[in-house]
Amino acid sequence: MAEERVTSSDDLEQLEALRNGDERAFASLVDRYYGSLLRLAMAYVPSRAVAEEVVQETWVGVLEGLSRFEGRSSLKTWIFRILTNRAKTRGQRERRYEPMGLGGDSGDNLDGPAVDPDRFLKSGYFVDHWVSQPNAWEDETPERLLLSKETRAQIEKAIEALPPTQRQVITLRDIEEVSSQEVCNILDITETNQRVLLHRARSKVRRTLEPYMEGQTGRT
Amino acid sequence: MDGTVKEKIMDYLAGKLTCKEVTEAVTEYLEGTFTFWERVRFQMHLGMCVGCRNYLRQIKQTIRTLGKLPTEPIPPDVREELLRRFRNWKKG
Repeated sequence: MAEERVTSSDDLEQLEALRNGDERAFASLVDRYYGSLLRLAMAYVPSRAVAEEVVQETWVGVLEGLSRFEGRSSLKTWIFRILTNRAKTRGQRERRYEPMGLGGDSGDNLDGPAVDPDRFLKSGYFVDHWVSQPNAWEDETPERLLLSKETRAQIEKAIEALPPTQRQVITLRDIEEVSSQEVCNILDITETNQRVLLHRARSKVRRTLEPYMEGQTGRT
Repeated sequence: MDGTVKEKIMDYLAGKLTCKEVTEAVTEYLEGTFTFWERVRFQMHLGMCVGCRNYLRQIKQTIRTLGKLPTEPIPPDVREELLRRFRNWKKG
């Protein structure tokens, strides 16, 4: 893949410090990415305990690879890719041993429309136009919205309920704000595939939020 | 431009998209993969349809909110363990 994204100067500085054994540089890296790595690992493996192990292994992998890292991607992308490689292997192994399994759903199949079909007219001149229009949501900033424990829990629940690949894509793209090209690179999927997965995932999270967001304004 | 011709063009451009199609095309629109005319058609529909405008705003708000979702801080003992490993690595 034609990925020409080069490590930023901030990354290079940090890399230099890490290679020189600067503990503070490593501590700041760990503080910055631990939570993100854990979140991403959870999209691959069936339990939190295993996810924590994968994250540990990832940091070991980071240390092992530091001297070989060539700076052809951002430091973050590089670390995320170490994690996904390990998580993938681990996820496959765990699933084989899991009696219930997580199902074979890779999330690639198109699982239903973005919006409940009942919200559109079934016939007539305005077929497939809104019967019940989406309302404007409360104009809250994300920061204020997320102060509510319940909103946070709703969003986390919606993400957890997604098929694994959808969950991986939305975690990287929307939560971690990794670029589309880098996500394709990390997950080894095509742009089109990524877009489909992202679309499904976003639509479902929106759907989960809708009753809650409108409920706050006391909509009937 | 003649009013009726203009109306016909508007109808042509906007009439071909249904609200359902808008909800399925919203990610492609945001990802910037539309051609110029696809974008025009999409925006024409938005201009006339408050439901789809709200829908697009909801999706954008969903994305913005996801971007601010807090992550768990690292537990102190895990942090300590990782720093210990770093010191060992440093020693080689």
